Formats: sequence, structure tokens, C-alpha cells
Amino acid sequence: MRKVAIYGKGGIGKSTTTQNTVAGLAEMGKKVMVIGCDPKADSTRLLLGGLQQKTVLDTLREEGEEVELEDIIKAGYRNTRCTESGGPEPGVGCAGRGIITSVNLLEQLGAFDDEWELDYVFYDVLGDVVCGGFAMPIRDGKAEEIYIVCSGEMMAMYAANNICKGILKYADAGGVRLGGLICNSRNVDNELQMIEELAKKIGTQMIHFVPRNNFVQRAEINRKTVIEYDPTHEQADEYRALARKIDENKMFVIPKPLEIEELEALLIEFGIAN
Amino acid sequence: MLLRHTSKEVKVREGLTINPAKTCQPIGAMYAALGIHGCLPHSHGSQGCCSYHRSTLTRHYKEPVMAATSSFTEGASVFGGQANLLAAIDTIFAVYEPDIIAVHSTCLSETIGDDLQQMTKKAKDDGKIPEGKYVIYASTPSFIGSHVTGYANMVTGMATQFAESTGVKKSQFNIIAGWMEPSDMREIKRLAKVMGINIVLFPDTSDVLDAPQTGKHVFYPKGGTTVDELKSSGDSIASLALGSVSAEPAAIALEKKCKVPFETLDIPIGLSATDRFIMAISKVARVSVPEEVTTDRGRLVDVMCDMEQYLHGKRVALFGDPDQLLPLTEFLLDLNMKPVHIVSGTPGQRFEKQMRQLLDERSPATNFKSGLQADMFLLHQWMKNEPVDLLIGNTYGKYMARDEDIPFIRFGFPILDRIGHSYFPNIGYGGSLRLLEKILNAIMDRQDRDALEEKFELVM
Repeated sequence: MRKVAIYGKGGIGKSTTTQNTVAGLAEMGKKVMVIGCDPKADSTRLLLGGLQQKTVLDTLREEGEEVELEDIIKAGYRNTRCTESGGPEPGVGCAGRGIITSVNLLEQLGAFDDEWELDYVFYDVLGDVVCGGFAMPIRDGKAEEIYIVCSGEMMAMYAANNICKGILKYADAGGVRLGGLICNSRNVDNELQMIEELAKKIGTQMIHFVPRNNFVQRAEINRKTVIEYDPTHEQADEYRALARKIDENKMFVIPKPLEIEELEALLIEFGIAN
Repeated sequence: MLLRHTSKEVKVREGLTINPAKTCQPIGAMYAALGIHGCLPHSHGSQGCCSYHRSTLTRHYKEPVMAATSSFTEGASVFGGQANLLAAIDTIFAVYEPDIIAVHSTCLSETIGDDLQQMTKKAKDDGKIPEGKYVIYASTPSFIGSHVTGYANMVTGMATQFAESTGVKKSQFNIIAGWMEPSDMREIKRLAKVMGINIVLFPDTSDVLDAPQTGKHVFYPKGGTTVDELKSSGDSIASLALGSVSAEPAAIALEKKCKVPFETLDIPIGLSATDRFIMAISKVARVSVPEEVTTDRGRLVDVMCDMEQYLHGKRVALFGDPDQLLPLTEFLLDLNMKPVHIVSGTPGQRFEKQMRQLLDERSPATNFKSGLQADMFLLHQWMKNEPVDLLIGNTYGKYMARDEDIPFIRFGFPILDRIGHSYFPNIGYGGSLRLLEKILNAIMDRQDRDALEEKFELVM
């Protein structure tokens, strides 16, 4: 079982990319579980055809410790197993602790057990690694490979670099490795070259360049992944390619985050700052 | 040798505290809250916090200490503790019927960002607080400060959340008690009465944590500052805050809110601090010092003179809380004793400065440290390097005293293995005399114990 975590700046398209890629893997016959680690609980909407009704933490709150796995894991597109950690409403409580609690609970309940014959577990984590809770998926024994979704926009690259710092922290102790950057294009000038260069400097690869296509939004409005909504569309092939590349990926590294000056120099060199 | 692993060599430590000379903020908040009449302290956090604080106070006072808890579970720490607190407020007013609930936070509720002000307001808006009842709060994260900070925060909460100014001054003075025993608070009230002034003393744990055995259990003993008194503190002529760390913040808050001017004094431990206290009352209330007080003072001075020969040059190590250590050190210096080592786990620049000033003037060679690494381990190391004749501190000092075979006086918080502190004051001239007697007994008992047969004196 490969355990994958997807990180990246908020709003960069982590959930969309994750679900479309998972759809690609499922199409290849892989058995995948997706764990949404975002209090908004919208990481499995496209696979399930709508929002997960009950999150792990909802059930914990309502039913105490007496939670059944069937209550919180639902079957999505091609029998992908979908679950949402959930969390507090904005402004109260501790979302970070929520992720720790729900990942622990899923483990206790046997969500990762052999009986499910999982090929992949995907953790879709919100935004940046702001505190220990959001690093839960990359702690010891959890996700082993990480993909960072980014674009050629400056802040997305900053965030990607920052996330690498988080990975570095856990790489020695927990054995987590960076699998690559996924460029979710925003049609920025020189985007492809710039992300390839960033990847190279960090010591990893740009595993795939997902071109911008409004069709993704159309599928999303219809609560579906592109592959499910229109298997023949060219964008579906992009996600299939990404799924295949992840499946075949052999390059797992401990990232070397850049100094801010280095990062800014990169941006200047490729013209974004001009 | 229970502390046989304590080495003599002092190494610089940055991240480690061993046997801290302090405890948690909420314990101070809980103690302060018990000084309001009809108040049930409430710990907003997990059950273990509340249990620890209750049991330590119970062990110190040998009295039942009632307190409620928000009983955080995993769920509460993720979703926030508001639902728990609101449910608790409902239950407490329905079942335990206090006049006041004094809520303090804990490390957990602070870390997840629970906002007690907003929650208590919501409780009020939702009609969960019955007419004539109150919920007050104080923020008490233990990763800042110490139990003394927690005490100060709750006392400040009393000032900001109760005091009202009606515009008409009352002929009374506030005395804001720094952390002291019920016996000390009782003595403050006695002294005020003797001096002929009306005071509002808050908090006031006398008749709460030193309540008599009557054969009947009373959930809310008769002592404690009443709500009316607390409200009226805003109309007082002036405030005297006893202790710059534990009491002054409340005085400042009261000045801000109700424009009651204040003066900060030391807790009146020892001759000089008591002199300043008595003179401050005399000055601010324009009363003369009655003969009764002068006579008390005379007795203390007499014993100090008579027994100076036994104390002169005796070396003392002490640990505890800022507001006690400062006047205690001064008292030891007045007795011509040598305070050679002083530590306090409570951090604070103000105290650091005050103590340094005192020591620079009168005992520049003294080892003094406060804050995180100022722990009992360090004190013990210092004692191994420069031995002392006497150790003064809370019960946790007994291990050092035993290992080093040094006379030991229990003083401060907590005292878990002796009684007396809640019944006999250590403040004022009389209280200082008691403290002096204890010091003399400890040192003279040791002299007797160690005397050669031919030097064993009947009359000392």
C-alpha cells in the first residue's frame, strides 16, 4: 500500500487534482482510499457525487467513541473509499488536533487494514503545514510520499518551498519523501520552465504539468471528476497521465528547500517579477 | 539520599527545569476564587487539571475544596469547549447553587483558543445565568508565569468584572491581598479594625479554608468577600495592593476602571514591611497608629534584640514566590542573617529588579535567580557549593534538607506535610514574631543536637 499526501497553497486545486488523479488510478484498477484532512470536508465531493454527509469528527462528537467504520467511509467513483476528517467551524476549537484525532481514529478502526486490499491511501491536506496537526499525515507510519501542487504564481511557489521545510523536519525521523511537484497551470508566463527549475533546485521533479482547462470546472459543478464526467475529454487524459506517472514514480527525495533570496532570484530569472 | 544524583557542578541549562519552584496558573486562580463568598471555581479544561488543583489545595489546607470542570474530551479539544462550558453553567446553577462561578482556563483551552469572555457573554445572552448570579472568568495558561500569575489574573478578574463606581465615594479602603494564607487575611482584617479603618479585603479565604468543624458540611462556608463588597470596591477612597506580582495588577485594573488610586506595598512579613504597611494605612486613612500596634511592634523588636546572637551571620537558602521572598529576605537581613541563595520559579522583571535592588544594597554576594531555570535543583547545587545553616521554603524542600542535613522551615505554598499555616499568621508584627520563633527554634534545636556534651547548655 502506497501512502500519499497532497499538499499545496490554499486554493491551488489540491482537492480537484487529487480526486481527478484518484479517478485515474481507480480506472487503472487500483484500490484507493481518500482521506480529506480539511475542516470544510470537501475533499471527496467529486468522487462521491456530493458532500460526505458525516465526517469522522462529526460522528465522534455525536456518538462518542462508538464509531463504526461504515459510518464514516463511503464508496465513491469505482469503489474508491472516501472519508472526511472534518473539523470545527471557522474560528473555534483546533482543526489541527481534529486531524490528529481523526487519523488516529481511522487507524484504530482498521481503515488501513489488509482486508481492504488498498493500493493507495491519499491524504488531501488543506493549505500550508501551519501547525503540528497539519503535519499529522506525514508523521511516522503515515504518508510516505508527498506531492506538492503548485503553479507559477509567486505565492504558490513560496508555499511549496515552505512545505518542503515541513517535509525536511519529518524526513529523518519518519522516512517521508517528496515525490514531486504537480504544476496545476495558471497560465503564467514561462510556467513550465520555472516549475521545472524550482523542482530541480529543490532536488525533485515536476511530475506532471496539468494544463488549465475550464472543463475541470464544468465537471466540478456537476460534482464529478473529469474522467467520470467525460472520459473522452482531452483533460481526462492529462489526469490519466498524472495517475500513471505517480504509479510509476521511483524518484523519492528529501527536499532541499531554497532560501528566500534564491527563490526570488528564480522568479526574476524567469520573468514573473518583471 | 533521595537526591543523590544532584551534582555539585552547576552547568548552564537552557531547556530543562528540574524540580520547579512553582506550579500551575489555575491553582492560583482556584485559590483566589475561593476567596469570594459563595463562589464555585470552575476549571475550563480536562478533568485532570481540576483534580490536581483541588487535591493540592486540599492537601495544603486539610479542607474539602470544591470546584467544577468543563471535562474536556477529545471532541471538546477539536470543536472548542463552548458547549461544555454552557452545559456546565446550567448544571452548576441548577445543582450546586453558587452565587458566582469563577471560570479559569487551562493550557488546553488556551491553546485551542477558547475565548472565555465570549463564552461567558453567550451564557448571559442565552439566559443561563440566573438573576443575581454571576459568572466571572480569568485566562490562566500555565505555559506563562506560574501559580502566582494565575492568582493575580483571577484577582484582576474580580476587580474588572465586579467593581462599579457609582460616583459617590464610600468611606472605605480596598486592601488587595497578595497570595497569603487565610490566617494572614484574617490578621489583615484585625489590623484594619485596630487601626480603625473600613476595608474591603479581596480575595479573603479566611472562614473558607480554615472553617471550623461544626458537625455539618457547608458547601459554601461563611467566609469570602461578598459580591456587594466587590462591587463597592470601585467607590473606595484608595487601594493598597499587597504584593507587586500577585496583587498590583488588580489595583491597576481598578484604577483604570473606577479611578481608585492605589499604592503597592510588600506583603507585611517582617519588621520593615509591616512598618511600611502600618504607616501606609496611617497616611492614606489619616489615622494615628494605636498603642496596641506599637506594643506588638515593641515585642517583636525586643525578641529580635534579645536573640540576635543566635541568628547573626547564619546562612539561609530560600525558595518560593516573589511577593513572599522579597519581604522575607528583608526580614532575614533585619535579623542580621545572611540570605545566601534565593530562587523563585516565577518569572518577572519587576521582581527581579526589586530583589536585585534589595540585595545590591544589603547583601551583594547573594546568589539569586528567578524564572524557568531557577529551580530547586539549582538551589540544591548552590547549597552543595556554599552550605547554609537553614533552608526556608515549601514542603518540596524537605528532600534537600534531609540530604544535606540542614534545619528546614516550611514557608510558602504548598505545605503538604504540616499544619499551622492556615491558622497562625506569618504577617504583621505578631506573625513576624511567630516566624522569628520558628527560625530560632530550628537553629537552636540544631545547636542543641550538635552540641558536645560539655557545651550542652541548659540556658541559652
